[in-house]
Parts: sequence; C-alpha cells; structure tokens
Amino acid sequence: MALTRDQVAQRVAQELQDGYYVNLGIGIPTLVANYVPEGKEVMFQSENGLLGMGPFPTEDEVDPDMINAGKQTVTAVTGASIFSSADSFAMIRGGHIDLTVLGAFEIDIEGNIASWMIPKKLIKGMGGAMDLVAGAANIIVTLTHADKHGNSKLLQKCTLPLTGVGCISKVVTDLAYIEIEGGKFHLKERAPGVSVEEIIEKTAGELVVEGDIPEMKFS
Amino acid sequence: MAGFNKVVDTFEEAMAGLEDNMTIIAGGFGVCGVQAGLIEQIKKMGVKGLTIASNNCGLETYGLGILLENQQIKKMIASYVGENALFAKQMLEGSLEVELTPQGTLAEKMRAGGAGIPAFYTATGYGTAVAEGKETKEFDGRMYVLEEALKGDFALVRAWKADTMGNLVYHNTQRNFNPMAATAGKITVVEVDEIVEPGELDPADIHTPGIYVNRLIKTQHDKPIEFRTTREA
Repeated sequence: MALTRDQVAQRVAQELQDGYYVNLGIGIPTLVANYVPEGKEVMFQSENGLLGMGPFPTEDEVDPDMINAGKQTVTAVTGASIFSSADSFAMIRGGHIDLTVLGAFEIDIEGNIASWMIPKKLIKGMGGAMDLVAGAANIIVTLTHADKHGNSKLLQKCTLPLTGVGCISKVVTDLAYIEIEGGKFHLKERAPGVSVEEIIEKTAGELVVEGDIPEMKFS
Repeated sequence: MAGFNKVVDTFEEAMAGLEDNMTIIAGGFGVCGVQAGLIEQIKKMGVKGLTIASNNCGLETYGLGILLENQQIKKMIASYVGENALFAKQMLEGSLEVELTPQGTLAEKMRAGGAGIPAFYTATGYGTAVAEGKETKEFDGRMYVLEEALKGDFALVRAWKADTMGNLVYHNTQRNFNPMAATAGKITVVEVDEIVEPGELDPADIHTPGIYVNRLIKTQHDKPIEFRTTREA
C-alpha cells in the first residue's frame, strides 16, 4: 500500500536527530512536526523570522504579530528567538539549519528540483524555496511518486522550471525512500506491501536496486 | 520637527514628497508588519508608476494591494504574490510588471542597499530562471549569482514602539523585512503602535537605531490576521 500523507511525514520524522534545527515547508512537510520521536528535542524555524515555532495559539493567545511562513497564527516555544528576514535567511543560506523538508513537483537524477512554477498556470512566486534548497546541506524532499495518471515525478531530467540544481540527495515518496548519488536514483526502502517492481515501473529516471530492499518500519 | 524629533502629526506630512515613478521599499510579511496608514495615504495621493519592493503585495483590501485598484504600481519586486486576484489579473494583462525574487535574496538586496554594498554573490537561484542574464562566478567549487542591491526613494516601516528620536522596537514576527527596509530608503517613514519619550526604551534593546528614520507617525489601524489558526484551550 502506498503511504498516507501522515505516514510519509512519519518516515521523514525518523531522520530527526536530537538537537536539530529544522525548517518545514508547506503541505506534508508541516505534518512532520506531529511525529518528533520521543526523547528527541528539535526546534522548528519559520523563515519569516521565528526559531522555536510552537503549536497554534489558544483563542486567548492569538497575536496578529505572531505568524509562521504560511501566515497562520502560531506560538513560540520556550527558548525561541525572533529576528529579521535577513537574519532568518542568513541562517538558511549560511548552512546553519540542520534539516530542511520540502515538497516538489519533480526531482531528477542530478538532484535538481522543480517546486515553484508550472508554466501557463498562475505564478505565485518562489517565496523562500530557492534559498532553502541552495543553503541547506541536508534536505529531504517529499512528493508522490507519480501523478494521478501514473506519470512518474522522479525523472531523468526535470521538465518544469527549476528551484535549484544539484541540491537534493534524499527523497521520501508514498512508495519509497530513495537517495540520489552519482547521477542515479538509489532505492533504499519501500513502503510496506509495495513491490520493487512497482517502484521501478513508476520511476522514470535511472534507478539502482541493489540487494534486498527492506520495507519501511513504523512503530 | 526639531532636532532629533522625527514625529509628524498627519499622514500627509508623513508621505510628503512622494512623486510619480518613485521606488518604495516596504517591510511586511503577508499582512504582518504592514504600514496600512501610509499605504492608504499613497492611495489618496494618487501617485502612479510606482516601483515597489516588498515580500508580498497585500490583500485587495489591505496593505499594498489597495494600490492596485487605480493601477498605481508599475512594477512589483516580491517573492510571493498569491492571495490577490486583482494582482494576478494585472500581471496577466501586462499592466503590472513583476520581478519575482527569492525571499532571502530580497532581504539581502534591501540590507545591501542600506549598507552601501552595490551587489553580492549568492548560491540562491543559480541554474534557475532567476539567474537568467545575471553574472555568475565560482567560489570554492560552487557557482554563485551576482544580485544587485535595492534602494528606495522612500522606505515604509511598521514598528511597535518608537521613541520620538526614531529608535524602533518591533513586536514578535512583525519585524520581518522592516529593519532592512528601514535602512534602504532616502526617506524612511515609520508607522508605529506607540510613541514614547527618549530614555523610555533601553538603548541595548533597540532593533532599528533612529539614524535610519526620518519620519514617525502613530498608526490608526488595528492589525488583521490572514489565517487565524487556533487550538483548543
């Protein structure tokens, strides 16, 4: 069975290490905050200028001046800090964020990512996505392996306008965990009940399958 | 105004000197940290052909979005322009020029503009549409794009507390682009929740020193919320 959105987030959350500063993109990446492994402390960065983002406020705590990058009202956890956009992107572009998780439309074997623009559709802008992919050393991309017509999103070469080049090495899809190295996709894990054959069939870019591919484990 | 007293009493005085075809740098993220009163004054003045650099373009009824109604904006430099149907319409019709700029690059362009740095190299956007037509250079085996600084005829800033000398403190994530915008205007105008006497703010706690500020006016606006998300108490 393909993973649910929450299971994708759960799998990504297994990569969280104690003491990590983490930036989560909009969509599935946001759900990762719900699955921080017990006993591990992480701080979430919101690129509008908040390190230590907490849960949504109660009605009484709502503050129009306390929002996240998705413009939702949020709170700050104990130990949080607030700063300017320039400081925020110095953290991001200076490589100080331990892990960035973001969604994408397409990924290719060179580690290129397309996530911000579909030609002829309404263009809204890249926000902080280009900064995040250029600045972070450790990025996990989440996306569905194929679109609803079965067309693969893991390609030999991205077809949509790029967000960044050669910057992605880890991908969690609804079917697999894949790493990118040496101009190839490498299958590392498969979703429980999903066959290697199905993953091969739905991966358009060159995919290396070595040995037995274990199923993902969820506690 | 006398000496270091930056306070003005009317929004007319606050935006005096703004003319057609000028460039404005504005702080704000979504509807947070936005200079609603100053922008309403710009709408009243009816100046046209403006180039505006700000992370977003507000909503149709709040912030920079209200300048779209009478087509006062010629060019918008922003990182994200969703949430505004009129903006999309003018962009598609070609009456509004849009320069989409990565958020961190935009912040740094403003910071550099205010700090006397004409341009800087960044890895952000290399190999993408953003880098088209721009110089690139390799440092330590990695490619970077040359991005030019931004400066404005006016800068619009929203702050929480100010003393009359223009020393500013921001409230929570209201800060966002405002400190960089403050440095990047020939005339920097600040709309503020509360104005206090000099000495009431701790010098060590000032976010933006008064040297960057030319005019200061107390806001008359409540703060809107774009997405009110809450949890059970």
